[in-house]
Amino acid sequence: MLMNTAASSAAGLVEGFFEWFGNLGIFFWQVLRAAVTPPYEWRELIHQLDEVGSKSFPVVVMAGSAIGVIISLEARYSLSRFGAKSMFPATLVYSVIQVMGPIITGLVVSGRVGAGISAELASMKVTEQIDAIEASAINPYRLLAATRILACILMLPLLTLVSDACGLLMGWFAQTLVEPLSFHQFIQDGFKGATFSSFLPQTFKTAVYGLIIGLIACFQGMRTRGGAEGVGRAATNSVVLASLFVILADVVLVKFILVVFP
Amino acid sequence: MATAYDIAIKQERSEKDGGTPVIAVENLRKTFGSHMVLNGISLSVNRGETVAVLGRSGTGKSVLLRIIIGLETPDSGSVCIYSQNIVGLALDRMGEIRKRMGFLFQHAALYDSLTIAENVAFPLVHHRKEMSRSERGERVKQLLAEVGMEGDFGKMPSNISGGMQKRVGLARALALEPEILLLDEPTAGLDPISSGEIDDLILKLQRERQMASIVVTHDLHSARTIANRLALLDKGNVVIEGTFEDLQQSDIGFVEDFLKLS
Repeated sequence: MLMNTAASSAAGLVEGFFEWFGNLGIFFWQVLRAAVTPPYEWRELIHQLDEVGSKSFPVVVMAGSAIGVIISLEARYSLSRFGAKSMFPATLVYSVIQVMGPIITGLVVSGRVGAGISAELASMKVTEQIDAIEASAINPYRLLAATRILACILMLPLLTLVSDACGLLMGWFAQTLVEPLSFHQFIQDGFKGATFSSFLPQTFKTAVYGLIIGLIACFQGMRTRGGAEGVGRAATNSVVLASLFVILADVVLVKFILVVFP
Repeated sequence: MATAYDIAIKQERSEKDGGTPVIAVENLRKTFGSHMVLNGISLSVNRGETVAVLGRSGTGKSVLLRIIIGLETPDSGSVCIYSQNIVGLALDRMGEIRKRMGFLFQHAALYDSLTIAENVAFPLVHHRKEMSRSERGERVKQLLAEVGMEGDFGKMPSNISGGMQKRVGLARALALEPEILLLDEPTAGLDPISSGEIDDLILKLQRERQMASIVVTHDLHSARTIANRLALLDKGNVVIEGTFEDLQQSDIGFVEDFLKLS
């Protein structure tokens, strides 16, 4: 009896899992089809670039700066123990640009933008505003979803650059307070031997994070049911799922980049 | 002043001229889970005709309107708009048909981040790109004046009453000069004076624009005033269809009870 109950709940979970992915795939296809066919919603896209980009700027600056200081403190301590203090600039540069900058930006944007998009669309859904858009002969996948997803894809790499710059600047500043080091020297040592392929793929992989964040936020928002509780649930699920998928995507992308750009 | 009777005569002439119905619903079925909402309903509306759909709450009146505008998909049956079956039509193709339709939602469904004027301008911005900003402004003024809201352009939807929201919703539904008007409880929750004003407005539009309209309502007085024909729904099907006098003369128990209690 107990085995049967456990088996049926497991089957339900598996079915729910595949159903969610199936619906996400159908949603992505509808958005993709709407995005590549005219009319293009330029005005809404520009508005969303501002919403996703400009309005995430302060929080990304703060997160990037904090990460720079943390890595600087940790790296100085660890490198001193092994007598490798001269490696500090390169350690900071590689840690910030290759590892922490992209993932922290992805997670911060996932929290701020993902929750915002999802709550906005969910609220529109439960008050029939999305139906009203559709009844006005406007494709909501084109107007609401495609613009927001594209804005996330375009803005994530730019926000990552901002986060990286702040991380390096504050990491250097934290180091300089303890042991003076000219910024010129720091940059020269940090980027010694580096090529574009050392950093560009790591920065531009965040476009994939943007796709994940925008897609999940729009999907969760536009399928909401159940009033205010549904709106809250959509926002929470969006942040949790987007953050989880950003981390999982990072695992795949790191390996992919190591293989393609050895 | 032309009355609903005059309009019915015109429509009769149009039928004699061999005109096909603008809206033709055939054997429509829709279930939500195990709950059968529409059970083989058939209904047709001609040009210049207003049909009021009456019935108890939960008998599928609003669902019928949502299926006609393509916001819900029926389980079986057909919905022909100008002889084109819209069931299963792709979103963009459906959009072309929706441009000829206006829909007033039960709770108006105004875009809460836009002002009243922006709400009414919304369909024009997307579908009348040839209009200049000043032409659009003039058209919005004219539409809001038609519904008696000329002084409230800059207000947000949250700052006006439910009745005013319905008027704005109606102005938005009329923005593209539709040939078909679908109204979901246009007078629900309104005071008798506002209800009367909305009824007068619908009659005026019917007279001037010769639209084919379906009005879902609980308000028998309003239905009698604005409609050429009334269709009474019960258990997902039409119990009786005809003029108010036809309903009065009916000896069907449900019809007698409905009229007695309304």
